[in-house]
Amino acid sequence: MSEEALLERLRAGDDDAYAEFVRDNSPRMLAVARRLLRNEEDARDAVQEGFLSAFKALERFAGGSKLSTWLHRIVVNAALMKLRTKKRKPERSIEDLLPGYKEDGHPQEFFEAWHETGEDAASREEERSLVRKQIDELPDNYRNVLLLRDIEGIDTGETAALLGLTPGAVKTRLHRARLALRQLLDPYFREVNHG
Amino acid sequence: MTCQELADFIIDYVDGTLPDDERATFEKHLAMCPSCIAYIKSYRTCQRVLDDLGCEAKDEVPCEVPEELIEAILKARKASK
Repeated sequence: MSEEALLERLRAGDDDAYAEFVRDNSPRMLAVARRLLRNEEDARDAVQEGFLSAFKALERFAGGSKLSTWLHRIVVNAALMKLRTKKRKPERSIEDLLPGYKEDGHPQEFFEAWHETGEDAASREEERSLVRKQIDELPDNYRNVLLLRDIEGIDTGETAALLGLTPGAVKTRLHRARLALRQLLDPYFREVNHG
Repeated sequence: MTCQELADFIIDYVDGTLPDDERATFEKHLAMCPSCIAYIKSYRTCQRVLDDLGCEAKDEVPCEVPEELIEAILKARKASK
């Protein structure tokens, strides 16, 4: 069914169209919500809230993007709102995760080369798993920006709107998040190098 | 340019948005600093894995969605009509 036909049926209140829309899109939406919320119950709640918000807003959907992209942003927003209401666990300051420098601008410890990882699927999966785990070590304000920009592929302007930040603040947080993530990964990649 | 200043510009350098004159200063430092060469290579590795994760998120094999969640969404829609 074409997107236009589906939209028309949804707007007409066709139950089958709603069932198809939910079944087709809920896997990706649940995956996104799980990445952001790291809690199954919260992720399911955010997906449900996202779909219901989207249903209410269907009349206003202008067709400037694909329906699934539009829904993705609504679910991301629902997940972010849920994150804001959660009591945060104590987290490390981003400053503690950034490399230290001496007064003359040299690093406190010289940077060492990382080992070259294998090209095979198992090595790549191991690498992705390690990076996923270390992303979760970032403070939430930085983790969210990194997830939205680098994983969900949302541009700076839209990320800024979703998080209530200026585009400049998004860029600064992304920069620091990437540096901190590199620093968190450093012992793992160097360890193998030396092993 | 110091190693610390190089780190400040790394996002623009890697994204290709550093103006030509700053890029030249950046590369002049890189040419004589093995530590920063190692740093930028590791930063690129990190970005490559993040790109892989981004592609994985876009093309991911659909996860199993519990039937009760689908039913709950459809039921809530009917209730809110």
